Amino acid sequence: MAGLVDWLTAPQTIFFLTVTMVVFVALQLSAAVMVYAERKVAAFMQQRYGPYLVGPKGLLQPIADIVKLVFKEELKPKAADTLLFAAAPVISAVAAFTAFAPVPFGASTTFFGLLPEPMPLMVADVNVAVLVIFAVTSMGVYGIVLAGWASNSKYALLGGLRSSAQMISYELAYGMALATVVMLAGSLSLREIVDSQSGYWLGFIPKWYVFINPISFLIFATAGVAETNRAPFDFPEAEQELVAGYHTEYSSMRFALFFLAEYINMVTVAAVVTNLYLGGWHGPFIPEAYGWIWFLIKLSVLCFGYLWLRWTLPRFRYDQLMSFGWKLLLPLATVNLLVSAAGVLYFGL
Amino acid sequence: MGFDQLLFYVFAGVAVLGSLLVIGQKNPIYSVLAIIVSFFGLSGLYVLLEAPFVAVVQIIIYAGAIMVLFLFTVMLLNVPREDASEWDRAHPYYRPWALRAGAAMAVLMAVQLGWALSRTQGLGTGVADERPAVSSVAELGRVLFTDYMFAFEVTSILIIIAMVGAVVLARKREF
Repeated sequence: MAGLVDWLTAPQTIFFLTVTMVVFVALQLSAAVMVYAERKVAAFMQQRYGPYLVGPKGLLQPIADIVKLVFKEELKPKAADTLLFAAAPVISAVAAFTAFAPVPFGASTTFFGLLPEPMPLMVADVNVAVLVIFAVTSMGVYGIVLAGWASNSKYALLGGLRSSAQMISYELAYGMALATVVMLAGSLSLREIVDSQSGYWLGFIPKWYVFINPISFLIFATAGVAETNRAPFDFPEAEQELVAGYHTEYSSMRFALFFLAEYINMVTVAAVVTNLYLGGWHGPFIPEAYGWIWFLIKLSVLCFGYLWLRWTLPRFRYDQLMSFGWKLLLPLATVNLLVSAAGVLYFGL
Repeated sequence: MGFDQLLFYVFAGVAVLGSLLVIGQKNPIYSVLAIIVSFFGLSGLYVLLEAPFVAVVQIIIYAGAIMVLFLFTVMLLNVPREDASEWDRAHPYYRPWALRAGAAMAVLMAVQLGWALSRTQGLGTGVADERPAVSSVAELGRVLFTDYMFAFEVTSILIIIAMVGAVVLARKREF
């Protein structure tokens, strides 16, 4: 018992629990911020005002949305599979939250000397972090597929099937691009990958992998959009054809969980791209200890890019999506992987 | 009982229960989900054995890729619930041969399992006592491409043959 108390009051444990809580809450808040940003950016691009009534400049709109969703009636189709219908949104949300666990967002810190030894700013320092993220994201598919099946509705089923086909197709290119960076860094740990990107060439060009391997960056970012089912790859919920796709039959908090998962997945992909290609928390002008500021800046820029894409590009046709994934993205990623491998082998990049 | 040992029993229990559920109920979708749960239990056991890479690959390949395809197929074909009630009502002597062969197989496997368990006295628990030689990914890759080169290449040829075979079987006969 005393051992347990000692363990619970150790600075490391408190730090770990704090970081976990902070990440958990920050992810939820980020979804709220993304919803607001999306509506404002969309409005800006369509020359409207967007939300402006609730709070100053409509800033409290996400909270109003959440309150509305909580108090809405929970509907369930009569013929739906009760257990899976309830489980699907939970699977989606859990996968979305878990995927962020091995993502580092700042340099190792002693937290102003409170900790006996520096600890990395992340929930779980796994030495196969890249693969863990990959595995957890691929679990997120089940939430969508099961939602489609359990709803017992043709639109939802088609949305779920489309989504699984799409995610399987783009996971390959995604993995190939990932392997390129892993090869360049010689490590599967995100923390080590970020650390291998510190420093500058010629004193001013940061050693980010986006400069060494821009093709891999583009492939990863594209496949990331497809993985998160965002426009122009948002087939699972193509309104004109499938009503709302896999979540057609969902309402209230269950719908909100899908929504939450979608935005958190977006943030996670942006965070992973930041760590893999944009040097994570490394950047000029800001001291290492405050590297998380750089991380947030890069993350916000990428998230804005996502919104920009959604409101600029029209949706692909489904066969175009498939042939783009299999006939262009995958071969390109494979060739890129081979070329990078040769580069690593001969020049020791 | 240490914490690791407790975790071993939890994961092993999840794996065994999941496997039993695969064959223990009638809805094919639930069978697919149960086997995914079972894979998660196995993955936990790999983590306890200090092999995080194998654990994660188990999730990515089996729970992620392969089972999604299974689920896809089951959903697309809309496989009906299995109904064995007509066989259950029949006298054992009149049940189909497949059922009787399956029963004989089950007895045989139970005997084998009992025999194997009776000879495992000297073995430890499923928890690693010390780090095994092959733990890091780099080491794993090196071993795979040196010591187990032949087996590795033969496996990849086998998989390619299976892929080509699937394509040949699936394409329309236009010749």
